[in-house]
Order: sequence, then C-alpha cells, then structure tokens
Amino acid sequence: MTFDRRKFLQVSGAAAGAVAAAGLTGCATAGAGSASPKIVVVGAGFGGSTFSRYIKAWYPKAQVTLIEPNAEFISCPTSNEVLAGHATMADLTRSYGNIKKIVDAFVPDYVTAINTKAQTVTTKGGKTFAYDRLVLAGGVELLFGAVKGYDAEAQKTVKHAWKASADQTLALRKQLEAMPDGGVFAMSVPKAPYRCPPGPYERACMVGSYFKKAKPKSKIIILDGNEDIASKKGLFVAAWTKHFGYGTDNSMIEFRGNNAPRALDVKNMVVGTEFDDVKADVINLVPPMRAAEICGMAGVRNGNNGNWCAVNITTFESSDVPNVHILGDSALTNFPKSGSVANNTGKMCAYAMAQIFSGQPVDAAPVVTNTCYSGTGMGTAFHVATVFRWDAEKKAMVPPKGANGVSKEESELEYAYMMSWKENVLNDTLAL
Amino acid sequence: MEKKILAIGLLVAGTLGAVASVQADPRARFMAANCAYCHGTDGKSSGAIPSLAGMEVKYFVDQMKAFKDGSRPATVMQKHANGYTDAEYLAMAKFFNAIK
Repeated sequence: MTFDRRKFLQVSGAAAGAVAAAGLTGCATAGAGSASPKIVVVGAGFGGSTFSRYIKAWYPKAQVTLIEPNAEFISCPTSNEVLAGHATMADLTRSYGNIKKIVDAFVPDYVTAINTKAQTVTTKGGKTFAYDRLVLAGGVELLFGAVKGYDAEAQKTVKHAWKASADQTLALRKQLEAMPDGGVFAMSVPKAPYRCPPGPYERACMVGSYFKKAKPKSKIIILDGNEDIASKKGLFVAAWTKHFGYGTDNSMIEFRGNNAPRALDVKNMVVGTEFDDVKADVINLVPPMRAAEICGMAGVRNGNNGNWCAVNITTFESSDVPNVHILGDSALTNFPKSGSVANNTGKMCAYAMAQIFSGQPVDAAPVVTNTCYSGTGMGTAFHVATVFRWDAEKKAMVPPKGANGVSKEESELEYAYMMSWKENVLNDTLAL
Repeated sequence: MEKKILAIGLLVAGTLGAVASVQADPRARFMAANCAYCHGTDGKSSGAIPSLAGMEVKYFVDQMKAFKDGSRPATVMQKHANGYTDAEYLAMAKFFNAIK
C-alpha cells in the first residue's frame, strides 16, 4: 500500500482536477442526452468485461462494442497454482459466450489505431468504430527491452508467465517438471508498480511446494528489483520460514533485493543483475511494465514518466483526453493492480457513466474496495483487504481507520475463501 | 415464429446479464456491487463465501456492526466493515434483501 510522493501528488492532482471537471461532465460531454451513446471497450479482461456487463445492466440504452483478440478468457489470478501442479489451464479458462450475448457487438480483433479527435478506433481487420466514450482496459505492456538479450528468440526459452496462457504458464510448468533435482530456479520481480504485487512471492511458494514434493534439493532464487518484499512481507516471510526453511542455511528460497535483471544470456542460462550473475536451470523473467499499448495509441500514458495513465478517480476518465476512460492495471491510482480492483473499478466507471448518460451528477465521494488472496501452495492462504473512500481534505481515495490490513496468519479457511473468490470474480466479470 | 423468438429473448434475458434490476439508489447499488467479487453477482456466491442475496436486513446490519467492533471474529470482514457507515450498511442490506 506504499506509493512514492511523486505518485501521490500526481494521483491527488488528477483527482482534484477530476472533481472540478465532474460538475461539467453531466451536461457538456458526449453521451448526455444521446439516446443510445456509443461505447467502445478495448479489452475483455477483469476491467473491460465487468464494465461492459454492468453498463448494459445499469444503462441498457448504451450501445457497447467490445473488442478482444483472445478467443477465451484466461485468469492470471490463481495461475501460479498451475506452476505448483495444483491446477490445469482449464481451471483458469472461461468462455466469453455470455459477454458476447450481453454486448451489442463483440469484435475478435486487435486495435491498431485510436484517433481521439475524430473519436474512432481502428482494428487490424480494417474496421473503424466511432465512439462517444472509449474504455481502454488493456492491462499491461511488458517491456522486454529493459533487459538486454530478452529478445524474441530468448522469449522462446525464458518465460514471464505474467499473462497467463499455455505458451507462458504451462510452458514454465513443463520447464520445472524437466528440471533435475538439485537444480536452480531463478525468478525475477520488477520494480513497483507492476501487475499483482504479491504474485511473485506467491509464485515462489507455489514452485517451492512442488520442489518440496518432487525435487527437494532444488533452490529458488528471487531477484527483486525492489529493495525488499513489496507486498504482504510478514506473511510471506512466515510462510517461507514455516514451509521452505527460509532464514536457515538450508533454505529452499533465497531472496535478493535490489537485484533487477539487467541482462539475459539464454545460451548459458545466466541472468545478470547489477551485483550478480546467476546461472540457473530454469529462468522466469518478469520484465518491467507500463500501461497497455492501446493507451499509448490514445495518448493517455501521461503519468509516472509516461508509463501509466492519470485518471479522474471518480469516473476513470483520462486527466488529459476527454471521453477516454482507462480501467484496471493501466490506470495510475493508489489502488493495487489486482483482479479485484479491475473488477470493481469497471463497475465504478459504469456507475459514473450511467449517471452522466442519465443527466445525473457523478458521485463525488465514491467508495471502492480491494480484496486480494495469496496461496502458500501448502493448502493455506492469506489476504490483504482495503476500503478506499474519497477524503475531501486529502483529495485522495484513502482507507478509513481499520479499513486496510492483512491476515493475522495463513489458514486453510482463507484458502477455501480464495477459491470461492476465484469462482465469484470470474462469474461476476464474465456474467457466468 | 415471432412468439418463439420473443420467448427465447426472455429466456436469455432471464439467465444472463442477470445483474438485478432492484429499485435502488445508484450509489447503494454500486456499493453492493463492490461485494460481488467475493460474494457473487447480486450476493449469490459459489463456494465457501456466504451468499448475501435475500438476507434479512437486521441480520446483515448486525453482522456488519459485530465485524466492526470485533465481537464477531473475521478474516477480511473487519476491514470491510470499518470502511462503511451505519447508513451505508443499511442501504446495502436493503439492496441484498430485495434480491430473490
């Protein structure tokens, strides 16, 4: 839940601008009064799909075109379970069937150009769609160029598995299966902000649970671009200590902070940081990331050195470009980049837009939540949960006293809750 | 033929996109929707997390108060209870109660 001062100022600045703009939004911008406002949504992940079904429920006259190149939805949350051997790709995969029926048009294509003056979106297939409101929910763009040698050829061997797919998640699982006992698994964590803050540390647990059972002499080396464990630190240290000997000479997990990968030598399977050259049998390299490519096309990657998209926190409209809304991981906010946040901010945007279309004021003091579970791989899990409310004095979304915190300890009960959360969030996102 | 199409249309509308059209103030509706990632759309849950749909208003409000003051032990719910006002508990309780 930490974020640096510059980011805080940007977020609060954007939000303050947003409040000033909110008064105008109801009458001055596109959509209000229009019988059937045209909305183009790019990306049918947790943010885009959720937005689409809720705007159709809350403002049925909206004409929604949803553009998504993937044939099926594959969940990143709980995908580390595949690395542990506790789940299959089928457990992560869901149909777009119901979302396709809810929206007015589902376009299976890539977006290649966005013109925010003409208010049009063009796809690879050569179709152009006009919009009154554009919703960009493209997740993250991985910056392979930040690591020397992590080129297209190297990516055939070294996987990030940070966007779940058979080519990534399952391929990494197969590499772990093929690794000899006593081998080294080197995995990296990008410098924050990145998608799914606790995900890398959960990954170490999941791979650890597999090694413990199948190849107990093996090692996991975490090369972290952050100084220290960036999320749920106490809980992960406790889990690593309890299950994987962390803190002893015989620890399966070794943590190296301030060790962002700088170079990759796939031929010799060596990953280099500022301090170390680490030779490994399996390398899992998660590069730094920024807001999705489509945000670049729309010129809305305006925050945090041009990496993320500053938004009006009540509507998720770009702080710079009118009628363009950015959801989920791409947005620059003080919310964690989690599936739960993408799901709920999709609804927050739908709520604001339905108010605008109805000629009603946008809620100037919204409340929104995050709940994020991590598994230990050992049948237990733990959480972080936060309620964010608009604080007029601080001009920011701030948790009230006691409304932000983590589990006391890992538990089997929370593992059951995590799996229930997974079903419910996928059902809610995809109208299943 | 026309009748058949209409019937299918109703069937589809009844089985999906089924975010409830409960008469509720949009803010209450949005706050209740915040709960869906854990408690299911409209509070209809799959798995270990309890459903909220149809829950008695007083029971819902009393549980939220008990989570807040710690008299009911919780994993995530104390944090969530601390994030809302008593008036908001009631607004959400009425929303979930109205869902059949």
